[in-house]
Amino acid sequence: MDAILLQILNGLDKGSAYALIALGLTLIFGTLGVVNFAHGALFMIGAFCAVVLSRLLSFSKTVIDETRTDFLGNPLKVDLPYMHQWFGEAAGQTIIDWSVPLAILFSIPIMFAIGYAMERGLIRHFYKRPHADQILVTFGLAIVLQEIVKYFFGANPIQTPAPPAFTGSFDFGALVGLDPNTIIYPYWRLIYFSFAVVIISAVFAFLRFTTFGMVVRAGMADRETVGLLGIDIDKRFTLMFALAACVAGLAGVMYAPINAPNYHMGMDFLVLSFVVVVVGGMGSMAGAVLAGFLLGILESIASMSQVIDYLPGINQIVIYLVAIIILLTRPRGLMGRKGVMED
Amino acid sequence: MAILQVRNVSKRFGGLQALNDVNLSIEEGKVHAIIGPNGAGKSTLLNCFVGRLIPDTGTVMFDGKSLLGIKPHEINQAGVSRVFQTPEIFGDLSLLENVMIPSFASRDGSFKVNWWNRADREKDVQDHAEAVLQEIGLYEKRHEIADAMSRGDKRRLEMAMCLSQDPKLMLLDEPTAGMSRADTNATIDLLKRLGETRGLTKVIIEHDMHVVFSLANYVSVLAQGTVIAENTPDLIKGDQRVKEAYLGTEAE
Amino acid sequence: MFGLNRNDTLLLIVVALLTMLAPFLLNPFPEGSSLAQFNGGYPDLMQRFVIFGIFAIGFNILFGLTGYLSFGHAAFLGVGSYAAIWMMKLLTMNVVPAIIISVIVAGLFSLVVGYICLRRSGIYFSILTLAFAQMSYALAYSVLTPITGGETGLQPKLSDPRILDAAIGSGVTPRANFFGIEMGTSWQWDWNGWVFTFNAGYYLAAVIMLVAFYLSIRIFRSPFGMMLRAIKTNQNRLNYTGVNSKPYTLAAFVISGMYAGLAGGLLVAMDTQVGPERMFWTASGEVVLMTILGGVGTLIGPVLGAGLIKYMENILSKINEGLLQKWFAFMPETAGDAVVTVLGLFTGKGWHLTLGLLFMIVVIFLPGGLVEGGKRLFGIGRRKKKAPPAASPPPTTTPAE
Repeated sequence: MDAILLQILNGLDKGSAYALIALGLTLIFGTLGVVNFAHGALFMIGAFCAVVLSRLLSFSKTVIDETRTDFLGNPLKVDLPYMHQWFGEAAGQTIIDWSVPLAILFSIPIMFAIGYAMERGLIRHFYKRPHADQILVTFGLAIVLQEIVKYFFGANPIQTPAPPAFTGSFDFGALVGLDPNTIIYPYWRLIYFSFAVVIISAVFAFLRFTTFGMVVRAGMADRETVGLLGIDIDKRFTLMFALAACVAGLAGVMYAPINAPNYHMGMDFLVLSFVVVVVGGMGSMAGAVLAGFLLGILESIASMSQVIDYLPGINQIVIYLVAIIILLTRPRGLMGRKGVMED
Repeated sequence: MAILQVRNVSKRFGGLQALNDVNLSIEEGKVHAIIGPNGAGKSTLLNCFVGRLIPDTGTVMFDGKSLLGIKPHEINQAGVSRVFQTPEIFGDLSLLENVMIPSFASRDGSFKVNWWNRADREKDVQDHAEAVLQEIGLYEKRHEIADAMSRGDKRRLEMAMCLSQDPKLMLLDEPTAGMSRADTNATIDLLKRLGETRGLTKVIIEHDMHVVFSLANYVSVLAQGTVIAENTPDLIKGDQRVKEAYLGTEAE
Repeated sequence: MFGLNRNDTLLLIVVALLTMLAPFLLNPFPEGSSLAQFNGGYPDLMQRFVIFGIFAIGFNILFGLTGYLSFGHAAFLGVGSYAAIWMMKLLTMNVVPAIIISVIVAGLFSLVVGYICLRRSGIYFSILTLAFAQMSYALAYSVLTPITGGETGLQPKLSDPRILDAAIGSGVTPRANFFGIEMGTSWQWDWNGWVFTFNAGYYLAAVIMLVAFYLSIRIFRSPFGMMLRAIKTNQNRLNYTGVNSKPYTLAAFVISGMYAGLAGGLLVAMDTQVGPERMFWTASGEVVLMTILGGVGTLIGPVLGAGLIKYMENILSKINEGLLQKWFAFMPETAGDAVVTVLGLFTGKGWHLTLGLLFMIVVIFLPGGLVEGGKRLFGIGRRKKKAPPAASPPPTTTPAE
């Protein structure tokens, strides 16, 4: 029992990432009718926003410390981060340590600008092109983006730690009244899950309760009619794309401490996120979120040793297997709408 | 002899009774028009003939066989060809290829991996397709790409596709929808000419009265899912119930 | 000739000449000259040209004709490779049985996968194929290790049974051969500083590619091919025309799977080893790139695309910073450095960037790929052709219906 609970918890962080990426994918698909294979790259760029900010914050100037000497007797040169210089040692170090959460703020304008530029510069011209063309051009873009990141940051993963306050684990089992020491869960994963829930709720609330959201939802249902009402739906769709880019980027920022960012993490997640979107049903946001968590947890449960003993290798293929079964039994995925991507 | 027998067909979509106990019999060699105001159930009925919809109750017999629950390609192989409301053609292919494909389907059946022969060496099919294009007046354009055609030509191409199969029954779904008066008249002339030369059995779904009265030998009027009148065109014109059904909903 | 019309015969002859003379054509620069690194005429690369050409020709029969975009074709290539290597381990190092079995096994596997995946269309089909390929990859990596050798992969060993070879009696290192002619055999011709290499393996693969190419022309021009193109433009119409489109699509899927298996078998015949990375989804993506780059639905396009991508992979990736600096040494230092930095982005390890950009440019501006580009360049009208327009279907890619 606790073992299963532990695996469910372990599946939550991956599930959160799937859900966040899939949410953006399905939002773009529902509004713009575009299949965006570059969405994983946006997730990856988000993670690298965290890397960049943590590097920016730790920029140092070399100063001479008169009080100490090196082994030759010369005054010791030390790297003093500007943050220490400006805010004092304690506060400065705190800012550096908290670079990942701070990167949330840092990444929003960046991701928004990237998303905006992408839609205006490229995606816009592909609305009327076949889905195959959309897949291919965004696939090309994804390669370009990841190669650029690789050029600047190298091919190796870059460790980007969470703030020290959250690096440890806590005893989740004891918290809910089970035996202590059975379910040890890292803080950051819990934070990531909560963060995902907040973002997902915010997106849903935004679409449900604002006029903007209402127009976008109406546009998803029937683009032409909304256009006839004299509403500039294209402009809103551009903003929608930028929003989806932000969601993917934020998912990436917060994921950096869980999985050290590397240039191909976007593609790794994209393939699975696409499976998630399709399982949830193209164009269904609730379906994407549901399928994201579901597949994340399933993947985690399938990697339990009891399960692997019984069905070797199942952890490697469970997501694909479930996707195949669902697609064959429910042609439109879990919550897909009729008529989407069928004719 | 009735080639298509529709008995007690009903179809319901949620709360909407689209078809209510429809009975029809289409005589061989006749041009039978099904008319009615928008939403009367004409398209639903047609879709029941071609396997796209399965009625809740009732039977559709074609040439002694039931058409219910069999696939569109099987219905076509049985001898029913359909012309769609918006022209459905193979847009990327040439006109000649567009007509050769149904001819291959008639000759080779619904599936044959004929991969070694050259399509342009299949003389029987090619000559046949060219003859049909000649008949319909598109022969000169046979090497052009279908998507580049005018709407009227696309419609004629689709008819050529159907004709090439020499069907026992041809279903035409609003063959003049969205056409100019001149195109409509040209289509009427074409259909008349084909009627004279080929003597095809046709079912025409239409709400343009002009078309119906120029072509049909027999008319069934559908309103709110029920056949409210059936007769020759001249008698239908004077039918009070028909006038009511039309005047109540549509001013054509 | 060969039952083809004049244009197709001409095309076939040109391709045959190009492949047969490839050792010359791909080695235009004399050995030792500064441009010699652009020579592509060495056996390993030439083999890759024709083998991936076969892969792309087969993929094009599915994607180019029916419009069904498979993202899992590398699985068939991988399965073909594994089947071939087992033939070499169990039966003989002669490549003929290995190649034959690779086609058969990949064909059977694609029959099963295709039967299931083709129940859906559009993006759902793409995801299903991707899912199958990724599953094959994951299983080859883990559970199926006894059959696939897991991460390390498989290669023939001295201790393998090799029933047929043992009968003849051979204790030497197992080398792939074609009735005694070893695949690695090369003959070099040194002519005034130019060195041309003629490799047995390359010529075997090239002949097989020519046969595969010829068969694909026949499929394109046949009534069967016409039906496949009709599926791409309007599958719904086709069904109402009395054609059952399902088995046609499945047939195309299996044929393209067999081509992939053939390519996989040949890869093993040339280089007797195989690992699961051959089935990874990026390998499936690569064949999509090749086909698009060359020209979807055209006869020669996939071969050109495969050639270009493999050439870039091998040649562009060899251009490193040192080399660039040597080339631009004539420039003033700062300007030279700038040029080297910029070019360095696109070459060496960054060749993928060039690939991605090239690919985007092709999709955006030249949906018909290189073939379309060539036609535009030489001003050959596409529509106004006297011959039946079967020559090449319009290069627009329509989504799978």
